[in-house]
Amino acid sequence: MKKNNSTIKHNKLINPKTAPYYFLAPSVVLLVIFTLYPVISSFILSFQGMSGVDKYFVGFDNYIRLFKDPIFYKSLVNTFQILIVQVPIMLSLAILIAVGLNSSLIKFHGFFRVAYFLPAITALVAASIIFMVILDSNYGVANYLLSLVGIDPIDWLNDPFWAKVSIIVVMTWRWTGYNMVIFLAGLQTIPKDLYEAASIDGAGKVKQFFFITIPQLKPVFIFTVVMSTIGTLQLFDEAYILTTGGPNNATMTITLYLYETGFKYFEFGYASALAYVLVVIIAIISWVQMKVVGDS
Amino acid sequence: MNHNNQYVNKTFLYVVLSIGVIVSILPFYWMTVGSTLPSGKIFSVPPTFLPGNHLLENAKTLNESLDFLKIMWNTLFISVTYTVISVLISAMAGYAFAKFEFKGKSAMFFIILCTLMIPFQVMLIPLFEIVVALDWLNTYQAIILPTLASPFAIFLMRQNMLSVPLSIIESARIDGAGEFKIFFSIVLPTMKPALAAVAIFSFMSQWNSLLWPLITLNSKDMFTLPVALSSLVGLARIDYGQLMLGTTLSIIPVLIFFLIFQKHFISGILGGSVKE
Repeated sequence: MKKNNSTIKHNKLINPKTAPYYFLAPSVVLLVIFTLYPVISSFILSFQGMSGVDKYFVGFDNYIRLFKDPIFYKSLVNTFQILIVQVPIMLSLAILIAVGLNSSLIKFHGFFRVAYFLPAITALVAASIIFMVILDSNYGVANYLLSLVGIDPIDWLNDPFWAKVSIIVVMTWRWTGYNMVIFLAGLQTIPKDLYEAASIDGAGKVKQFFFITIPQLKPVFIFTVVMSTIGTLQLFDEAYILTTGGPNNATMTITLYLYETGFKYFEFGYASALAYVLVVIIAIISWVQMKVVGDS
Repeated sequence: MNHNNQYVNKTFLYVVLSIGVIVSILPFYWMTVGSTLPSGKIFSVPPTFLPGNHLLENAKTLNESLDFLKIMWNTLFISVTYTVISVLISAMAGYAFAKFEFKGKSAMFFIILCTLMIPFQVMLIPLFEIVVALDWLNTYQAIILPTLASPFAIFLMRQNMLSVPLSIIESARIDGAGEFKIFFSIVLPTMKPALAAVAIFSFMSQWNSLLWPLITLNSKDMFTLPVALSSLVGLARIDYGQLMLGTTLSIIPVLIFFLIFQKHFISGILGGSVKE
């Protein structure tokens, strides 16, 4: 009897009107403490300086300093150089492999898909470590293979140019299969009769690729471009492990610089300003990409 | 003629695709072989392509540098706890957004969508201050809590929950079932594929995460795998044998899971954007 009473009371407390608040409560509490508060606090911090543990307002000083900071510029330029070279190479490879795998001539789809996806399950740290060994200047297997075809050894990780190339190599190895699987799923949604109609009209495979496959994949394409761009702008693990930003800041990235100013030099205000510039850059670029790719 | 052409095309495709597969897989082979070789042998000209017999010695050095079993346990405990709670609370939130009408719903959903666009880096400094203020450096909760409520997971669960028919929920209510009972025994069981996708996504992002653990963990016995591996790279004299072994060990558990649950795994890592 008593038990019955309490369930009725319980039902009154949690009814279809109040239930959504109970369901939302854990997520909302966590988001307020660990996302909303930090986002606001970081914004305020970006206008503050520190002496010891005391904080004081400095206006736009952190931002002004940032725009005069050569290492910040370097990190911006590096990140964009890597972005502009790496994303197109990776996405082209991914599309081509996906089209190849989607061909009716090919069997063992399951095997190929798993094999290509394998790099995408490895931690970026692990991938970087493996390539650190492969790309070793003196005894790495990469230089050994190059020597077999008569190419002089490359100072992969210690030369400013090749250090960037090394990071691009790791990123491409790690993410091509990932994007390939996304394209493959997109390809499978393209109606087969589009291709049949095109071949009746006499369009060859290459023409079909550019006039049917690419336009049909547009939404998938936008998705992968935006995601890869956001990911590259946040590049950290590869640079931290492979080169720690060197040589001579040639592979310093925005996030690596943020990490160093924040947690090596403990300049919280300055690091926060850096973080907010990153937010603005990501917002602008994502917006432009969606506009440009979306309208054409 | 046409048939012959097709044969050439087919061979060409297989050759190109196989080269790609070799490029994908060879680094794993290289890593595994490296873990059985002494540091000097990994770097020899010409390179050693076959496994050696230095595995146990590498295991010994690795265990002297770091308590590797403890580190595996740390990573596993953090990743599993994080995944279980994250999946549960994001499913609850997604359910609220998909199947209820309440005050502030659209505003709340909009704010959550906005936080989806904000990079984690922005929160690093204030989160670090919170963790220091609570004296949480070198604790599991410091790693687990900050990203536990994931806007992405909430969004994904909400999209999937939209397809749950209201009639099932209504008739359960008429039968007198409580709201939580309806959620756990009627709604959740229909959501298994979405739950699996979110679980795999959450688990992998936590298992592989470097930046935040690197900031909050500085005592060796609390390290997670990525932090531990990066500490081995930071040594003045890197022992490549132990480094390769550590890297191999960090990948093996995930690899086994992947090979068993391939399809779920792929759609999970892609964040449910690709449906099987």
